[in-house]
Amino acid sequence: MGARKKTTRFARKEHLAGYLFTLPAILGLLVWTIGPIVASLVLSFTDYQVIADTINWIGFDNYITIFTEDLYFKQALVVTLYFAFASTAATLVAALLIALLMNMKIKGQGLWRTLFYLPVLVPAVAANILWMWLFNPEFGLLNGILRFFGLPASMWIYDEASVIPSLILLSIWGCGGAALIFLAGLQEIPKDQLEAVELDGGNAWHQFRFVTIPTISPIIFFNLIMGLIGAFQTFNQAYIMTEGGPNNASLFYVYLIYREAFVHSNMGYASALAWILFLVVSLFTVLIFRWGKGWVFYGGGK
Amino acid sequence: MRSRGWKIIAYCLLLFGAALSLLPFFWMVRSALMTSSEIFQFPPKMLPDHWLWGNFIEIFEVVEFGLYLKNTLFILIPVLIGTVLTSCMCGFGFARLQFPGKNIWFTLIIATMMLPPAVTLIPTFMLWTELGAINTYWPLVFPSFFGGGGFFIFLMRQFFMSIPRELDEAALIDGANYVQIFVFVLLPLVKPALLVVAFFTFTNVWNDFFGPLIYLNDESLFTLALGLLQLQGTYTSDWNLIMAAATVMTLPAILVFFLGQNILLKVLR
Repeated sequence: MGARKKTTRFARKEHLAGYLFTLPAILGLLVWTIGPIVASLVLSFTDYQVIADTINWIGFDNYITIFTEDLYFKQALVVTLYFAFASTAATLVAALLIALLMNMKIKGQGLWRTLFYLPVLVPAVAANILWMWLFNPEFGLLNGILRFFGLPASMWIYDEASVIPSLILLSIWGCGGAALIFLAGLQEIPKDQLEAVELDGGNAWHQFRFVTIPTISPIIFFNLIMGLIGAFQTFNQAYIMTEGGPNNASLFYVYLIYREAFVHSNMGYASALAWILFLVVSLFTVLIFRWGKGWVFYGGGK
Repeated sequence: MRSRGWKIIAYCLLLFGAALSLLPFFWMVRSALMTSSEIFQFPPKMLPDHWLWGNFIEIFEVVEFGLYLKNTLFILIPVLIGTVLTSCMCGFGFARLQFPGKNIWFTLIIATMMLPPAVTLIPTFMLWTELGAINTYWPLVFPSFFGGGGFFIFLMRQFFMSIPRELDEAALIDGANYVQIFVFVLLPLVKPALLVVAFFTFTNVWNDFFGPLIYLNDESLFTLALGLLQLQGTYTSDWNLIMAAATVMTLPAILVFFLGQNILLKVLR
């Protein structure tokens, strides 16, 4: 009996310590995440405007307005989806290519790694302002290069058709982080598997297709999910570089939320917009996880 | 022979890629060293005639870059303390201690990483407005004392889990309590992970402009990121000064990375 009492006392002490040590995170979850999620859902069914300072329950009105009347919503959704998928795909391909090259028993790997990682270190505001200057149609570096090769100049971020491709170029510039993650994965590939393909008469493409890709598929998947979720949150480029223009061609979804909430003070309406973003991101995450089941192999299985 | 040819192609491609990666830096620095008329010459010049190092001093005189730097550090230091302290406390708790509901709490905390910040933004902003904390550093500093977010808690937990359990058990038998085990036995062993958390926290604060943008209106409270934005909005034709300021803001980030990169790469493996 005495022994049992002792263990429970020990266990109780451990439970208490456990709660005390994790209290900051648990409080943080309740105060900064769960509380605001509930509040934001409630707000999305109200007409709360900071200026009017009245708050009325209006049911689904915000959502109905968003889907039937708000042309900005449709534009922002299209722009964001276009950018998210195109920039994630382009960044992944560029990062994988760089990682494959760096993995070819190349000399000075530390130096290469640093060179490709440098752009990631440039603070967002500095990077965006720098690229505005590079994109400058008259005095920018990019048109300078195009002219040097006798190619036609571009309006870059100042033209409806080229603004999103320009911003994709900027995201490719920052692909060093993903490249490093790919490189770490490539270095884990067992050599004997690559040799086995060679013995069976396979070439470099077969090695890549049947060994490299399946082995690093969890990393491709990780970079894909993180890249997409990040791209859905794009805000800086719209705020700093384009102000959503020209002619709403770079009206990113989070920028629209920001504009409704902090420029027009429509907090209720902006909350409804934020909830739709939440649902869209969740939907795509679930779909990609389902799709991933077909091609992601964990632990070298299958 | 065949693989040697491949290697030469690889080197060429890497060299080309690295050049593309570095070109914007070159353009930034060369513009920072030019006069305001030189940067608008057509066709654009590659290098300045006279290297105007004075531009780097001017940004501290024309705009209050020194003040912005001080303000940024004023936010950075408490955020570093809060994030490092609470993330390793929570990491220890979730990795080493048993308590009811542990897995549910941990799963929920990890799940928050998937949540778009836009969802919690508006109520959080309204809360700070209610508390009268607009135009103070409270909204930017205080939340970092709550574990520092799912990613850091996860990272610290992974680290604590990699340390053999016999260490705590031996200390428990010797009569140590959990605080003593945490501080004297385990904390010295997770130092590299603490440095990684500190590095990412530094870059987050240094980079952040959305938080300061919505919570700070008073220019005397601005951070470097807001200051740079302000400079770009006000001195629209002085791209040489804007580029000098962008260079100054980029250098510490690169420096901190160089100082910490060995630990960083080892830990993130």
